[in-house]
Amino acid sequence: MTPLAPSMQLVPDEQDSETYYLNMGPQHPSTHGVLRLRLHLEGERILGVEPVIGYGHRAHEKMAENRDYLQFLPNTSRIDYLSGMIYNLGYCQAIEKAMQIEVPERAEYIRIICGEMNRISSHLLWFGTYLLDLGGFTPFLYAFDDREKILDILDSVTGSRLTYSYGRFGGVCMDVDDTFLRAVADFCDYFAKRIEEYHKLVTHNVIFRHRTKGVGVMGADLELDYAVTGPCLRAAGVARDVRKDEPYGIYERFDFDVVTAEGGDCLARHMVRMGEMEQSLKIIGQAVRNIPDGPVMAAKVPKRIRPPEGEHYFACESGRGHFGMYFRSDGTDVPVRMKLRTPSFVHVSTMPVVLPGTMLADTVAILGSIDIVIPEIDR
Amino acid sequence: MTVFLHLFDNPWIGIAAGTGALMGFVTVNALWLIWLERKVSARMQRRYGPTEVGPFGLLQTVADMLKLIGKELITPDHVHRPLYLIAPVLVFAPLVALLSLLPIDADWVFHDFDIALVLLLAFSGLNVIGIFAAGWGSNNKYALLGAVRAVAQNISYEIPLLLAVIPIVLMTRSLSLHEIASAQAYPFILVQPLAFIIYFISATAETNRAPFDIPEAESELIAGFHTEYSGMRFGAFFLAEFTNMVIVCAVATILFLGGWKGPLLPGWLWFFIKVYGLIVVMMIFRWTFPRLRFDQLMTFAWAILVPLALVNLLVTIVVLKL
Repeated sequence: MTPLAPSMQLVPDEQDSETYYLNMGPQHPSTHGVLRLRLHLEGERILGVEPVIGYGHRAHEKMAENRDYLQFLPNTSRIDYLSGMIYNLGYCQAIEKAMQIEVPERAEYIRIICGEMNRISSHLLWFGTYLLDLGGFTPFLYAFDDREKILDILDSVTGSRLTYSYGRFGGVCMDVDDTFLRAVADFCDYFAKRIEEYHKLVTHNVIFRHRTKGVGVMGADLELDYAVTGPCLRAAGVARDVRKDEPYGIYERFDFDVVTAEGGDCLARHMVRMGEMEQSLKIIGQAVRNIPDGPVMAAKVPKRIRPPEGEHYFACESGRGHFGMYFRSDGTDVPVRMKLRTPSFVHVSTMPVVLPGTMLADTVAILGSIDIVIPEIDR
Repeated sequence: MTVFLHLFDNPWIGIAAGTGALMGFVTVNALWLIWLERKVSARMQRRYGPTEVGPFGLLQTVADMLKLIGKELITPDHVHRPLYLIAPVLVFAPLVALLSLLPIDADWVFHDFDIALVLLLAFSGLNVIGIFAAGWGSNNKYALLGAVRAVAQNISYEIPLLLAVIPIVLMTRSLSLHEIASAQAYPFILVQPLAFIIYFISATAETNRAPFDIPEAESELIAGFHTEYSGMRFGAFFLAEFTNMVIVCAVATILFLGGWKGPLLPGWLWFFIKVYGLIVVMMIFRWTFPRLRFDQLMTFAWAILVPLALVNLLVTIVVLKL
């Protein structure tokens, strides 16, 4: 078991004039929102880190206890606004699993397509902002350009660009047409070439490799101890992916690989995410080819959503890792407790172990590489 | 008209007029370079850049500058006032002085010193003092970190820069910029390509431009040494950066690219074409590469550039002696 990081001295030692404390955030360009890191520094070297969270707290879990299941649906895509679709559909699937609602085939396929498109857009945003953290501005705009295409496609069917609320208990709220499917197929062709360009522009860049290789190494032991999941865990060579391990929806029908890399450093995490975008393209391609006709909503969905009494758990793979929903129902239409297990919260908790001993510039590189979304930490 | 020209015989008026002309050049040049930078970056990023104000957005930077001038100059309470206030001047002033040394055409140079090159290298080292004054006087941790980085970086990169210039001095046996440029029957970049590359890399680092912009690395240090500056004080740092670019590129032009020499077009035009050509290359660097880490930057200077420059110097000496 990895020992927990010692908690930091809260009051600076007046006698010690060699070291100092630096507040990184909550207003800082590279904390991507309102995360605050208290850094204990000696020159540029980091002695201790304490993440201070709660600046973006919106009490999603508490809100869930104060409204019925359907009313909580719009919240789900706001927990992690970059994987909004995945969270939204995940919540629907959690309820469906608890209430044993059958989802029509076509809706399942649409969910796969939209979820994977969302995953690509999430990784693209990570890619762009990560390079921004490292000081490269141009890839950021390239990535946003491509991400915009995904948002347009999803916008055409869901009506929103970020917080979709597209899923319903028993299916999805709107059917897709051929224009949508064609646009998705075109995007897949286009984007496969773009990934190669990104590799040329970024992955093979000597400065990028210097900044990321061997930086922020998180070994498999540490990650498993801290329950790190998703691309960060796979970057350490552990092939864990909820989509493969406990397939939900119709993921078991698709042929895709769990991308892993060796080393567990920032470069490995970059490689895993780039590889995952390719795998997502592969999944989308299969889904677009095989999507059947039919209804997109289950014929019989109960008017009142009342999951059977007891505890329910459902997990899905978001852009950041294992997103779990645990809720306890007492048979009424309001959950007694809704616990959201979000990957960013777990990942940021590794920072006090990973960061000490690195340089200030590495803080930015490492914090960026674990891909945190602040509202997801403070849910 | 001639009456007015006599006024310049008075040394004070002459100095005032010369300084005014230089300041005018600095401002106009910076405005146009900022515009160019935005256009170059936009082209590289599949954007348009400024288009609205003036033809091709040329007046956009003028509008920005007016905005900067109109802004309130905030002096935070916790700063060391004398240092804080003098720092923008210290950064900016040496650069303006340096501009007067540059031979723009065969017979167009404000001051032709025998030792212009030494003066130039010495003065361009001066603005480190200003940067450190800004960082120290701001009494801000980010600014201080930025200043410490800037000083370490500038001092480290001055050594390969100097070592890359010495072979040229040995070849021409002169320290006068005018004579060095005149001595080039062909551009020295052909015989000293390595020195040129070392010089150009070091010069990029000297001007704190990406990928060597760690003193103001915005993702780590907000704005580095000028975090606490607002309005035209910030503008002074900005002007200094772009003026510094012109100077290092002009020196590169004079030392390695034959200065004003070129076919057909007038000399001063050739000079500016070469200078701005080099500047565009610098801009392309900036918008292509991510930023190096501080220790990697130092390693690069001391473990790669300095030995390379020394070898280059030795080879030059041996060849010259043969």
